[in-house]
Amino acid sequence: MSAISTTLDETINRQTHGPIGQLLTKQTFWVFIASIIAFAALSLSTDVFFTPSNLFNVARNCAFVGIIGLGMTAVIITGGIDLSVGAILALSGMVVGMMMAADYPIWIAAPCALLAAMACGFFNGVFIAYVRMPAFVVTLAMMSLARSLAMVLSGNQMVYQFGVDHKKLVALGGGSTAGWFTWLADVVGTDTSLGAFFTRLSELIYIPNPAIFLAIFALIFGFAFRWTRWGRYIFAIGGNQKAAILTGVPVRQIKTSVYVISALMAGIAGILQVGWLGTITTGMGLGMELIVIAAVVIGGTNLAGGSGTAFGAVVGAVLIEMIRNSLTLLGINPFWQGTFVGAFILIAVLFDSVKKLKQDEE
Amino acid sequence: MSVLRLTDISKRFGAIQALNGISLSIEPGEVIGLMGDNGAGKSTLVKIIAGNFRPTHGKMSVADREVEFHRPIEARENGVEIVYQDLALCDNLTAAANVFLGREKYRWIGPIRILDHAAMYKHAGGLFRELKSETRPRDLVKQMSGGQRQAVAIARTMLSEAKLVLMDEPTAAISVRQVAEVLTLIRHLRERGVAVVLISHRMPDVFAVADRIVVLRRGTKVADKAVSKSSPEEVTGLITGAIEVA
Repeated sequence: MSAISTTLDETINRQTHGPIGQLLTKQTFWVFIASIIAFAALSLSTDVFFTPSNLFNVARNCAFVGIIGLGMTAVIITGGIDLSVGAILALSGMVVGMMMAADYPIWIAAPCALLAAMACGFFNGVFIAYVRMPAFVVTLAMMSLARSLAMVLSGNQMVYQFGVDHKKLVALGGGSTAGWFTWLADVVGTDTSLGAFFTRLSELIYIPNPAIFLAIFALIFGFAFRWTRWGRYIFAIGGNQKAAILTGVPVRQIKTSVYVISALMAGIAGILQVGWLGTITTGMGLGMELIVIAAVVIGGTNLAGGSGTAFGAVVGAVLIEMIRNSLTLLGINPFWQGTFVGAFILIAVLFDSVKKLKQDEE
Repeated sequence: MSVLRLTDISKRFGAIQALNGISLSIEPGEVIGLMGDNGAGKSTLVKIIAGNFRPTHGKMSVADREVEFHRPIEARENGVEIVYQDLALCDNLTAAANVFLGREKYRWIGPIRILDHAAMYKHAGGLFRELKSETRPRDLVKQMSGGQRQAVAIARTMLSEAKLVLMDEPTAAISVRQVAEVLTLIRHLRERGVAVVLISHRMPDVFAVADRIVVLRRGTKVADKAVSKSSPEEVTGLITGAIEVA
């Protein structure tokens, strides 16, 4: 008896894969490796890639895609899709821009923009989770709706001046750690030794603000996916929605929440982008939803639902932006960018399909 | 004390009389084989016990206390658990995550409530050990055999110290070896004093594990007797109507 229970215990306590074996089966890991190789190759083969100003651009540009990609990852894990993020980005940017142009301070305008974005997401979520319309159709409708509202709001004018808090908005979206350190140096006094230290830091480290936002949000999402009830439930819904309902998971509330969060992330990206561009146009975020979905899929999130990581969304966004950036630097006609991005989507999904084919054969 | 007592339960769907005056009493640690042809009313009866339907007529008591279930969650709160035919498992989650789905364990880090993965792995491992099933809490359900999947679904019912477990066709779509595993799992439930209602078409399985057989035909109970006093031939006759009542 004791011999039997020992072996049973051993079996129950054993892990099937070691941590390294598990890593090698992850698409995200290989995309990460590919990104590092691309980074190294570009740094060595061109003089212009590995320069502070270019890296700054890459980091900032991929941040917008990455921030929205995190929300999109949550949506896709539940088995849904959100096509309205580009339009919601535009709407949020328009609300913050128009309100600030009308001399509202940023601390009123920005929350209003985020509320408008979340209202769109709530609308999406209710129609998808409660009325049970397909996510594709509802968010397609919202894509049209939100952009149209943004254009109505703009009154077809270009805005370059954002009122009393113009500087704050521009610093938020277009600034970097250098600005923060300079500000800190001013606070403690530039002539003190601490102030001198901050001044030195401001000369050394340039991380664009959107990239800092991306890093913070990636940590929050990564934590939420693994450690919270919400995270557990979105994976359960994507894996087997019927089972989730039967076991008492509040499926409709959770599904609504992912669309609200996706819209919120698009809204945040919208505010940052207005700050960076220093202007608002109705073309903001046009086609963004497809780049975001591409980044998320390249990062290893399965469109069928039930799997995905925050890290994958970031890696996917970085890889796409590096491709775009390098093609420009190498002097290749920008029309080719789509071909490369498309090829990467196919390769990424192919990886998954081949794995599935192998499993079916077993 | 009876775990479950049904008194004169009837269910009508419009003009169709699905169940007609069913009375049934189940004791702790008893395995009941509920048999009958398609449309005999097995599923309807199980859905009434599980709280999916309400009976048109009749009374139901759990542990000698009269109950009325409006939703499945109320049945669960009263110690009645169901193992669904398709098991209701999420393939993309681990065994432990499936066991605790909807009833997760938490711990606090300061003001933040987080999932207590370690406690759930440990508890689930203990349940599998009790079931004598070689199921690893950290494995994804998609990599598991039919028997292991059943163990996960059954372990789920053990979380709440269920008094009665309803199993809907657990052996319908699995291999012979896995059937043996499932029957062993049912015996382990019985040893723990849990009553089991096993809905099945498969005569050998019911005779292998059940203490008592209840046969339904066209919504009426036509037999309720100890397995030792019956035979597969008799039960077949009762199901098809070749034998009127036993």
